[in-house]
Amino acid sequence: MAVSTVTVVDYGAGNLRSVAKAVERVGYLPQVTDDPREVLRARAVILPGVGASDSAMRALQQRGLVGPLREVIRGGVPFFGVCLGLQLLLDSSEEGSMPCLGIVPGRVKRFPPGLKVPHMGWNQVTLGGEHPVFEGVESGSYFYFVHSYYAAPDDPGLVLGTTEYGIQFCSVIAVDNLVATQFHPEKSGALGLRLYENFLRLMVTEGAGR
Amino acid sequence: MLTKRIIPCLDVDSGRVVKGVKFLNHRDAGDPVELAAFYDQEGADELVFYDITASAQGRGIMLEVVSRTAEQLFIPLTVGGGLRSVQDMSAMLKAGADKVSINTAAVQNPDLIRQGADAFGNQCIVLGMDAMRVPTPPTLRWEVYTHTGSGGGRPTGLDAVEWARRAVELGAGEIVVNSIDADGTQEGYDLELIRAISEAVSVPVVASGGAGTLEHMYQVVAEGKADAVLAASIFHYGIFSIAQAKEYLAQRGIPIRPK
Repeated sequence: MAVSTVTVVDYGAGNLRSVAKAVERVGYLPQVTDDPREVLRARAVILPGVGASDSAMRALQQRGLVGPLREVIRGGVPFFGVCLGLQLLLDSSEEGSMPCLGIVPGRVKRFPPGLKVPHMGWNQVTLGGEHPVFEGVESGSYFYFVHSYYAAPDDPGLVLGTTEYGIQFCSVIAVDNLVATQFHPEKSGALGLRLYENFLRLMVTEGAGR
Repeated sequence: MLTKRIIPCLDVDSGRVVKGVKFLNHRDAGDPVELAAFYDQEGADELVFYDITASAQGRGIMLEVVSRTAEQLFIPLTVGGGLRSVQDMSAMLKAGADKVSINTAAVQNPDLIRQGADAFGNQCIVLGMDAMRVPTPPTLRWEVYTHTGSGGGRPTGLDAVEWARRAVELGAGEIVVNSIDADGTQEGYDLELIRAISEAVSVPVVASGGAGTLEHMYQVVAEGKADAVLAASIFHYGIFSIAQAKEYLAQRGIPIRPK
């Protein structure tokens, strides 16, 4: 069987190499690119991200990636957003003034005062449902977080996982082909790799979640 | 609940771990890549490589070590030691580090913190700080020292709590606080120092220097309000394993990620 490829979107933001290495580790071939045409013909897309929302949106715009990303997600292509790659799916962010991708209705907010920010370290994800990407992952499992803002989707039906840090916030969005985690699976040890493996094996190779 | 992190720190000189790890009989105890994998399996929450290499040639080796480690390590890795510019930081991050730690260079040029945070985000920039008690009552305070690796270090005149606050304003996303008084004693962390800084800043604080028992780790989290504990010899010499440390802390009611 040919090894499936997955397109890792390069827009100059941080951790894409570690995401690509995690993909390799679970036996798939990452294609790191900032070419919108490659994104449009991708079998699966991972949108990594570390950094600020405005500079990320600007970088996506400059590379002509905003339209293609919306198109592939709405067209049913398996999509995995990581950290800022989750936050960018919403309409807007308190972190910046630019509109975000607007795929998930809602807003990205700053943690309330009195908490140490960034929220940095291993925290639990409580799963409120099932999705192929979380196959074999127990509710309450620990994943590695580092972020100062959190997504607040308007529709609770899109939220698969939540995490407690001063408040309870959305740490996983998963519905059909669209998956996004606030934590970093590529920094979350064996369990994190499991999510990428599930994504690539179940959703891309076997077509689950369509 | 957010757990308290246990972070082993490896000193690396020209690509080899110094203060070798005593309990790894059948492994190459000097190979940072092997040790990183070992501590990952043991349940370490993060890892720190501290580069004590003096030569420029050794620096190139460090990049290669970081790159090889990052190929197989899927937990966060911080690299510190000798980073003096945004270019130095960038090279480490590209090699596969998740965070970079700066210490002396930040004291000499505080704007480096801001430049790093602007380029890579606050979460990437760790301020490392070495502090010593100032023996003048009645007010308890600590002074920041640099160059502590060589001959006792140099006083900077900076107050540790003030410097921590300023570094966070400039964009540091985390602070590692090492007590010079406690370092190497194995008699416990400087709880007052760690607590003073943890209460003064809005970012996570990592306690370093003085761990000799698991009780010390408990104290610095419970009383010192540390968000994470960094330790070297207690783990390297096999006095306690990371799994034992985690089990102990969990029994004492500290939130810990189980192995």
